[in-house]
Amino acid sequence: MSSYFFSRLKILILSLFFASLIIFFMIEIIPGDPASFMLGINAEPETVDALRKELGLDISRFERYFNWITGMLIGDFGVSYTYRVPVSELVMARIGVSIPLALYAIFLSTLIAIPIGIFSASNHGNFKDWSFMGFTQLGIAIPNFWFAMVLVLIFSIYLKWFSAGGVPGWDKGFFINLKALTLPAFALALPQASILARIMRSALIETLSQDYFRTARASGLTFFQAVKKHAFRNALIPVLTIIGLQFSFLIAGAIIIENVFFLPGIGRLIFQGIVQRDLIVVESVVMLLVFSVIIVNFLVDMAYLYVDPRLRVKK
Amino acid sequence: MKILKPLFAIILTLMWISPLYAEKNSVVIGMQLEPPNLDPTGGAAAAIDEVVYSNVYEGLTRFQADGSVSPGLAKSWTISDDGLVYTFQLQENVKFHNGSDFDASDVKFSIDRARDENSTNAQKGLFKGISSVDVVNSSVLKITLSNPNGGFIRNLAWGDAIILDPDTANSAASEPNGTGPFKFSKWVKGDRVELVKNNDYWGEAISLEKASFKFISDPTAAFAALMAGDVDAFPVYPAPETLAQFEADPNFNVIVGSTEGETILSTNNKSEKLKDVRVRKAIAHAINRQAIVDGAMFGFGTPIGTHFAPHHPDYIDLTSQSNYDPEKSKSLLSEAGVSDSLTLSLKLPPPSYARRGGEIIASQLREVGIETKIENLEWAQWLEQVFKGKDYDLTIVSHTEPMDIGIYGNPSYYFQYDSQEFRNLMDALNLETNDQERSKILKNAQKLIADDYVNGYLFQLAKTGVANSKLVGLWKNSPTQANDLTGVSWSN
Repeated sequence: MSSYFFSRLKILILSLFFASLIIFFMIEIIPGDPASFMLGINAEPETVDALRKELGLDISRFERYFNWITGMLIGDFGVSYTYRVPVSELVMARIGVSIPLALYAIFLSTLIAIPIGIFSASNHGNFKDWSFMGFTQLGIAIPNFWFAMVLVLIFSIYLKWFSAGGVPGWDKGFFINLKALTLPAFALALPQASILARIMRSALIETLSQDYFRTARASGLTFFQAVKKHAFRNALIPVLTIIGLQFSFLIAGAIIIENVFFLPGIGRLIFQGIVQRDLIVVESVVMLLVFSVIIVNFLVDMAYLYVDPRLRVKK
Repeated sequence: MKILKPLFAIILTLMWISPLYAEKNSVVIGMQLEPPNLDPTGGAAAAIDEVVYSNVYEGLTRFQADGSVSPGLAKSWTISDDGLVYTFQLQENVKFHNGSDFDASDVKFSIDRARDENSTNAQKGLFKGISSVDVVNSSVLKITLSNPNGGFIRNLAWGDAIILDPDTANSAASEPNGTGPFKFSKWVKGDRVELVKNNDYWGEAISLEKASFKFISDPTAAFAALMAGDVDAFPVYPAPETLAQFEADPNFNVIVGSTEGETILSTNNKSEKLKDVRVRKAIAHAINRQAIVDGAMFGFGTPIGTHFAPHHPDYIDLTSQSNYDPEKSKSLLSEAGVSDSLTLSLKLPPPSYARRGGEIIASQLREVGIETKIENLEWAQWLEQVFKGKDYDLTIVSHTEPMDIGIYGNPSYYFQYDSQEFRNLMDALNLETNDQERSKILKNAQKLIADDYVNGYLFQLAKTGVANSKLVGLWKNSPTQANDLTGVSWSN
């Protein structure tokens, strides 16, 4: 067990190191100088030089890479060029939007997908199954930003039930923020739920044809009792894998939805960082995301152990 | 399962009784871009001034809504006969938001900081002619120039010349501490900046208790936010295609004003293909300005024939000198010996006036036989390639700085226009303090750059805003990029 973790750790450190190299130098070769961007077209050349010095851009790339990487080891992600505050502070504020939004979306998508998946699988091949699967096909095909705009049009502009975007901030109370995140979470959840429902369905269909399921039915369990006790858990492994992937995607990939609902999330921070050439922000945040994807994958591996006892006794 | 239903019911009810209605002494202003920081002396981004100018920070003088310059922290001033010594009488009993007193030493500190060798002031040029700043007493300050500068009082009205408290100047980027009628309260990065009323303000009291600036970059989202009532006004509204809908709606006012932004087809005068004035003249005649204003700006914008703002009293209309005349354009091209295969690069920065305008110009140039290669650039790339590298033939940019015709006097500016005659005019302008003479020089300068067809002069950028119809006192025009909220209030 310990040698297994040790080898995992080695791989983890190596992949983080290579990721940091790729991220840093990819971002550094983007044309455009942060200082000239900040000072605009009327600035004197000497002013630009003074600012470059102030931002620490006057030293070589390799030195900066070294400073960045050693800083990160002690939890220092650098100071944003444009905002002039520590990157960690920016990220913490954005995470307060991105993580709740991703969790909310995952919650909604699971809530929608699992019953549909079970329902479709239990009606495998008949009209109910096909019509639900038709809907999920539609859910995948609809671009989520378009769906988001439709939601805004209906629920914000005509019905005025929700505001068109933004979050009040967690200091204003829990439910008011939950409400603000409802439309964006729905917009994000629709395509995810559609994918998830299809995975749930096919995984369940496969387990339904297994011998143990037939045995369970033969021993007198009703169809749903047998699904609940035996088939469902076994069908969950591919579903969990997808949920894990979706969660990583929802944290960084919600950028379009963040734009539609003007939410200050991680995706927009990266986007803004690229536009403003706030390179240190982009580098550090992307690095953090890589790190979090690795962690999420690890957690999903742990969840396999929970749902599949065979993995627990294997070693 | 049984417990879930009531739980959902409670959650839904709690979500609904959130305060939907805001009190009518606060205002939410929408802006497309978030300021990178809140220190107007430390960056060029217009969004900085759009939040803090005249609201949080004040300078010795300030711009008024009509573009005139009026006293600010300087009550009055006298100018010596040789035009070199400015003596400012400062406002008294002024306090910074953190409670410290404002006096002449703060002014000296701020101006010296801006012109310092290590200054990162984006408009350091404004302070170039200053030879010394001296405190006479706590409420009198003397500034000595090395040469007379007729525009000096105007220079001091810029956001880049605001007065900072020496003790807090280093934290101005994130925690502004000024003397204005609003105090900085909170900045939720990526989302909004909140200001609250400064009850100890030295000047006339304002009517708003609170102001928020909300940052909404997506044009569709900006539309939705206005419609849903999340923002009360969008002074520079990014989706002109929906303006007709707001115009028809009695709940909204559409505010159309002018800006200081001369939108031009900037031309590389040193480019092999464009150094012949006849080719530049041919391009000027190939352009149908009204078609660009209609197509790219949905009809908002005033055609210009030179680099000068039409609302300025010294403006002369030179549009007829480069009227739309494709036949003339073709004959000029053949006169210049340009074969049919003239291909020019057209590099476009992100704003929609450039991207949409660029497509239209490309098709208009094709009519006279000029092919363009359109390349869309980000701002940072544009600054690197076009502005710094001068690696372009044509580009479209709105030059938003007020009274910036002086850029034509700099031969290494990205137009690469090199004219001793123009430089002589600018030198004369700087020395002249008589208004009539200044006006004459400015008119000659406008004519000269029109005669030389330095750039294609397209249109003056309009300021199109949308506001709740009950909100009064917003600036209509944009003499400087600011959202001065001192005069804003709710009617009834």
